[in-house]
Amino acid sequence: MADHFWISHFLWLVPVVPLLAAGMLSVSGNSRRNRAVILTLGAQILSFILASLLFITVIRAQGGTEEVVRLAVNFTWFEFGDTALRLGLLLDPLNAAMLVMVTFIGLLICIFSVGYMSRDPNFTRFFAFLSLFSAAMLGLLVSNSLLLLFICWELVGLASYLLIGFWYQKPSAAAAAQKAFITTRIGDLGFFLGMIWLYRETGTLLFYDGGAGLLEQAALHGLATGTTIGGLALSTATALLLFCGAMGKSGQFPLHVWLPDAMEGPTPVSALIHAATMVAAGVFLVARAFPLFAATAGPDTVATALIAVTWVGAFTALFAACIAVAQTDIKRILAYSTVSQLGFMMIALGVGGVAAAIFHLIAHAFFKALLFLGAGSVIHGCHDEQDIRKMGGLRRFMPATFATYAIGMMALAGFPFFFSGFWSKEEILHLAQGWPASPIPFYLALAGTFLTAFYMTRQMVYVFFGNYRADQASSEKASESRPHESPPIMTVPLTVLAAGAVLLGLVATPAWPWFHHFIEGGAATLEFGKLFTAGTLGLMLLSIVLVAAGVGAAWFLYARTSLGTAERDPLERKRPGLYRALAQRLYVDEFYDATVIRFHHAAGRAADALDRFVWHGLVMAVSGFSVLLSRASQAVDRRFFNRGFDTGCETLRTSGGRVSRWHTGNIQTYLAYIGAGLVLLIVFFAWIQQA
Amino acid sequence: MSTTAAFIAYSVLTLVTLGAALAAVSLRNIVHCGLSLALAFVGVAGFYILLGAEFVGFIQLLVYVGAVAVLIMFVILLTRPDGDPQPFTFDRLRRALPGLGIALAVFLVITISIRTSESLRAGAPDDAGVSIEALGHKLVTSHLLPLQITGVLLTAALIGAVLFAMKEDNN
Amino acid sequence: MLTLEFFLIISAALFSLGFAAVLTRRNVIMILIGIELMLSSANLNFIAFWRFGPDPDALTGVLFVLFSIAVAAAEAAVGLALIILIYRHFKSTNTFNFSLLNG
Repeated sequence: MADHFWISHFLWLVPVVPLLAAGMLSVSGNSRRNRAVILTLGAQILSFILASLLFITVIRAQGGTEEVVRLAVNFTWFEFGDTALRLGLLLDPLNAAMLVMVTFIGLLICIFSVGYMSRDPNFTRFFAFLSLFSAAMLGLLVSNSLLLLFICWELVGLASYLLIGFWYQKPSAAAAAQKAFITTRIGDLGFFLGMIWLYRETGTLLFYDGGAGLLEQAALHGLATGTTIGGLALSTATALLLFCGAMGKSGQFPLHVWLPDAMEGPTPVSALIHAATMVAAGVFLVARAFPLFAATAGPDTVATALIAVTWVGAFTALFAACIAVAQTDIKRILAYSTVSQLGFMMIALGVGGVAAAIFHLIAHAFFKALLFLGAGSVIHGCHDEQDIRKMGGLRRFMPATFATYAIGMMALAGFPFFFSGFWSKEEILHLAQGWPASPIPFYLALAGTFLTAFYMTRQMVYVFFGNYRADQASSEKASESRPHESPPIMTVPLTVLAAGAVLLGLVATPAWPWFHHFIEGGAATLEFGKLFTAGTLGLMLLSIVLVAAGVGAAWFLYARTSLGTAERDPLERKRPGLYRALAQRLYVDEFYDATVIRFHHAAGRAADALDRFVWHGLVMAVSGFSVLLSRASQAVDRRFFNRGFDTGCETLRTSGGRVSRWHTGNIQTYLAYIGAGLVLLIVFFAWIQQA
Repeated sequence: MSTTAAFIAYSVLTLVTLGAALAAVSLRNIVHCGLSLALAFVGVAGFYILLGAEFVGFIQLLVYVGAVAVLIMFVILLTRPDGDPQPFTFDRLRRALPGLGIALAVFLVITISIRTSESLRAGAPDDAGVSIEALGHKLVTSHLLPLQITGVLLTAALIGAVLFAMKEDNN
Repeated sequence: MLTLEFFLIISAALFSLGFAAVLTRRNVIMILIGIELMLSSANLNFIAFWRFGPDPDALTGVLFVLFSIAVAAAEAAVGLALIILIYRHFKSTNTFNFSLLNG
């Protein structure tokens, strides 16, 4: 089996190749557009090939055995004292699948960006950031150390910050970038604390280290049995802290507020980072550290950390879906949809389905990237218009975009049988139904499913059906402002993603749960009979009914009335209070403004006042005292020392002046002195002689 | 030479020399001063002859009267910028008084010293005429080095004087 | 009878006259004249001491005066050249006009 692993020696190359591209781009000029494209796409393609080879290697190594293939390469980063800080790379089915997904979608989005960003003056910078993001994200996936993961995690956050604020000339973009950075940082604080705590308790940050790793039996047992304040197990406490980081990154309630604002970035960024990959990093973190989350002291109990994960996920899934119903910005709807779907993934993790969560993650990455790129294509075609009320009827102008968008929408909404979203969602619902702790998350997830179908249909109707409404505003320029189909460089990635969104469903149906076994070990067998077991069939029918109800309700509400900026939303006409609350995103931002941010401002003002009055006064008093002292010293200097010194100097100068008057410069005077001296000398000697 | 004749010669020479020297230092017209100086040099040459150093006396005449005094006359004539000699005033005399006093004091001190020294009262030994042959012999034997150094000195002085006196812008 | 002091007093008088000229006259040429007088008085002293000295045959005084005259000639030449230089520079021969080193 070892000979299959030759490719794993090149594991480190996967993140390093885009990193090199980013480095080279960051030092090349802004005008080198072709070079930027070649470097970025070249790095993405190379990474994708490597990732695919790794993926195939893992599949072959797994070979239908029960064992999960896991290959860790650890090395020493630096040593201090007796201890060494070790980092490592890891290859297992979990990250092999993720690597392929990230590199593939990243590649498609880079291709799309070449068209989308073609008119941007900072084209090169954009691709440098994109490459940096890819490098960080891939590094996050391959790391076998919580520390290395954290480093890449922060790098991903940095790349996200840079890309949200890419159009930093727009104040809203700059503010959104800051909001994203700070909000995720709050979560990262928990992550960081959890990491330090884990290091203190176990002395290692490596996930797998031949039995001594963090996620292996010995360490987990110690963590699960040890307790801390309130009788909380150590594993639970640290897992919850790590989950804080995951909540921030994956936009879970209450740290979800940054994700909709992040749509200020260019649309490909929204697709790649804020829909497909980066926001999935939180889910990935929980999946990676799942043994820690699931660790319990005894059997037959549900881990506390997983309960928290489930509840947060379930609440977020419904909550975000509600808000999405009343949004009018095409990208914002998708952003809330992302938050909602991330909630579904969290539910899956919480109820123990790592494979289900990862499968939903990957499927979601495909169709959400597809939807975002489709939205980008729509925005591009409608001359940078993002308000769905000003669109309409685009079906006729942009057929390719419409077709692919419809596929993405149906995948997201969970249309039965042919879309990956249906199967992944089905698996999650199935697992939630069987959760022993509480049945409520299951019902919340069902409600979320209904709402997802509802708001996606609403969006479809607004954007693609009816008549084009922007013409009503400016009819004189109707022919010029008419929406147009995007160039092939943008529609081809859409088509590829649409194909992926459909075909991916085939590997994880209950009849052939290949993916499930790939992640968790075991062989997959094709059994159509499993489709028709009582539980599976009943649930499938229930969710089909729910999706149909959502689509039908939305169609009933929206397709039959006239829509537009002037008219109120049909839902608003029926339930104005509810609609307004949802349109205002259930006042979470306002709540934060009123509590956290107001408190922050008040604290800032208090600190300012403290500074201004107390510390400033103290400093002024001290400085005043020193000024006084120096004044006194100056006076003493001036009165005594200076005066004495000045007098001495003056005396010397005047006496010198007097003496110098003898030096007339006239040689005759000097000769006269000599003569007088001679006379005096002789008289003196004569006097001595006589005396 | 008899004692009397010598004394008469001494007296005449004293009168001429000191009178010419006084004139040389005190006359207001600088040309007259130069001429008086030449006369004083002639007197000094007379003293040399009186004292039996005839060769030195003639050399004195040749060098001082024939060369130095004439040179001084040339310089006087070359540098007469201040126009006519300034008239005598008591103010100028008053300003000259310290110098005159010091010079007088020097004279008195020296004279008193001479007068009080017993050893200087001795008379001259027998006439010992200077043989020019002996003098020349000494110059080229025991005093050869000083003679040659003097030659070098004179050459250097000549070149130096020429260089000094050359127009500066000729360089 | 003439003794040594006769000549010495003449010499002293010549010296003092020259010295007075050097001290009091304002003209550089007059100063040079004074210096020449003082030099002559020194030469006279040499001859007098030689004549009245214990060993006139040694010719020391005569030889010395010969060299002294040569040096005096050199001195006069250089001194007069200096005077011409000074005159060219200051357009004056008055010592009060070039007392640059006064205090």
